[in-house]
Amino acid sequence: MSLLAEIAVSVLIVIGASFALVGSWGLLRLPHLMARLHAPTKATTLGVGSVLLASMVYFFAIGKGVSMHELLIVLFLFLTAPISASFLARAYLRAHVAPDVLPPAGEQGWATFARRSDDAHDAPATSATRAPPQD
Amino acid sequence: MSDAGLLDHALAFGFVAFGLALLLNLLRLVKGPTTTDRVLAVDTMVIDVIALIVLLGIRQSTQAYFEAALLFAMFGFVATVSFCRFMLRGRLVE
Repeated sequence: MSLLAEIAVSVLIVIGASFALVGSWGLLRLPHLMARLHAPTKATTLGVGSVLLASMVYFFAIGKGVSMHELLIVLFLFLTAPISASFLARAYLRAHVAPDVLPPAGEQGWATFARRSDDAHDAPATSATRAPPQD
Repeated sequence: MSDAGLLDHALAFGFVAFGLALLLNLLRLVKGPTTTDRVLAVDTMVIDVIALIVLLGIRQSTQAYFEAALLFAMFGFVATVSFCRFMLRGRLVE
């Protein structure tokens, strides 16, 4: 394994680990959940992507060919991180934020607060009403 | 693999940093005022564990762990989404 490849792998690992550390530090330090959501879903995902890139470079450099597993994991993580963040934000909105403090969202109202036919009876809805009428 | 310690030092830094990140997440998991905070902490822990598995694969120079990492990624996502669905709708299955 050449020195250049070793330096590249090391730098990628250090960058990725730093990003993950910053993400977890933000998760611990930021004041409320809507702020906290940003640190792990962006910084940590980028850190893991960097580590997986380092693994890809490493296995290419020691002559095991280009492995597609890392690419698969990176693709999956980068696709699913925004989805889970959006789900977490919606769950938080529904459980802890009253609909009338939110800005109006057109005549349909906030979809997060709309009552749906498949809701369980004890669904934690703070208010089943649509968004308050404008003007 | 060359005998120089550069990669070993980088791997050691990576293990320590991800371990520290896991500890910070665990702190948030214990503290977290709302359930959503706890779900977010667990989701982040899963992602950090994936990185640890990949680092272990680099250290032992083996590709045997990638299926485990992929399974962790998938089950972590499914767990987060089902937790949130349960909190949103009060039930999991339509």
